[in-house]
Amino acid sequence: MPTAASPDRVSVALTVNGTDHALLLEPRRTLLDALRHDLALTGAKKVCDMGNCGACTVLLDGRAAYACLLLAVDCAGRSVTTVEGLAKGGELDPVQRAFVAADAFQCGYCTPGQVMSVRALLDENPAPTDADILRAVSGNLCRCGAYRNILDAARIAADLGARAHANGGSDADAVR
Amino acid sequence: MTMQPFAYERAASVEDAIAGLARVGGDATHTRPLAGGTDLLTLMKADVFAPARLIDVKRAAGLDSGIAATDGGVTVGALATLADLERHPLLVGPYLALAEAAGSAASPQLRNVATVGGNLLQRPRCWYFRNPRTPCWLKGGDGCPARDGENQHHAIFDTRRDDRPCVAVHPSDPAAALLALDAEVTLRGPGGERTLPLAAFFASPTDERRLETTLLPDELLLSIRLPAPPPGARSVYRKAMDRKVWAFALVGVAARVNLDGGRIADARLILSGVANVPRRATAAEAVLDGAAPDDELFARAADAALADAAPLSRNAYKVPLAKALIRGALADAAGMGT
Repeated sequence: MPTAASPDRVSVALTVNGTDHALLLEPRRTLLDALRHDLALTGAKKVCDMGNCGACTVLLDGRAAYACLLLAVDCAGRSVTTVEGLAKGGELDPVQRAFVAADAFQCGYCTPGQVMSVRALLDENPAPTDADILRAVSGNLCRCGAYRNILDAARIAADLGARAHANGGSDADAVR
Repeated sequence: MTMQPFAYERAASVEDAIAGLARVGGDATHTRPLAGGTDLLTLMKADVFAPARLIDVKRAAGLDSGIAATDGGVTVGALATLADLERHPLLVGPYLALAEAAGSAASPQLRNVATVGGNLLQRPRCWYFRNPRTPCWLKGGDGCPARDGENQHHAIFDTRRDDRPCVAVHPSDPAAALLALDAEVTLRGPGGERTLPLAAFFASPTDERRLETTLLPDELLLSIRLPAPPPGARSVYRKAMDRKVWAFALVGVAARVNLDGGRIADARLILSGVANVPRRATAAEAVLDGAAPDDELFARAADAALADAAPLSRNAYKVPLAKALIRGALADAAGMGT
């Protein structure tokens, strides 16, 4: 939330998950810190904070990006989507349901980033090959080693998307 | 990792950005341009650099991310992202090496943000250089801890020269590909524009210029031009990493081959990951030009390319690795790959 203005802070208008926010931030504030500390959106995780792990992956204008290597002030006027922005009307996104169905996590710390990378892939390519999937999540480390199940989850998510498209409507019952 | 405080400006135009850089006398420790930021912010987070001001050039008129066919060649705006290069329909055939190099660099998240201009200007990944508690010559100190230290990722060329104190390697994949395509770069500073071969843009750091490029601190890289390739030319980029994806090249090879009547012409062979800057293997090119392509020839070219190698204590493995990559890259560029 905006606090008292200070000379080293600047106004930043961020659009996150479709909602506009007016913030006063130091220019050195990363998008990741702004999301977690100023907007209380803690889905994007802060792990390496150096662009090495992928746990902070968000969508910037629809493309996957590391929030730890973006300045919040630099994201003004662009559209940011975090994992909190995926569920609609209390219903998880197909990618999230696919991760549950495939048990595609262990500790769960990398999961929001993995989910966002798969979401970005399917938005661009609804029918990916396994090679496409592996490439799309190649910038997300999972130190528990859940990679095989993450691949399964992405396949399931693609299937859910295809079915939803074929049915022209909800795919809510496709995975339990 | 918290960065030191800095001021942030958005430049409306290239002229504004250059004026901003020149305002502090071109003091690169004071003011830096910001594009994708994927290298600069890691250096600032590690407290290797602490500029007082960043000038964001992403929306500056006069800079763009376009990739366009021009005069038989291709012009690439400095703001084009690696993802733009990776998938661009123009970057096939003679230009394929550039798409392959961009697509093999970093990770999808980084390629979506990182610009080709910043990629050429990124600083070495040497762990001593990137550790603010380790003094090193490249950071303005004395000596090179990598020479007798953990140098497995470091240079294998020019390591015995007194005028080359640093053994860090330039980390870019696209740089090698662009050199194989005879790229030129256009720079702009307070005095106007200049265009020079990319080969002259890169230069091993010296005492007076502890940088891997000849870009002046108040200059911006505007665009990259790939001249019309020889008819029938093909190029490839091959890279060895210590894991399959998302790693810097231990060795990278950009090769261009033009088969003219069954013989090689206009060969280009550039190695990355082996020297302060990407290294053109002119001796290998001389072996290739005019000869009929086969693996024996490629092996001789590889031997010629590595003839002057002088590995450090922990990186002799790069010599056979580079030779194998060269043979494979040349076979692929000549259309003889398996």
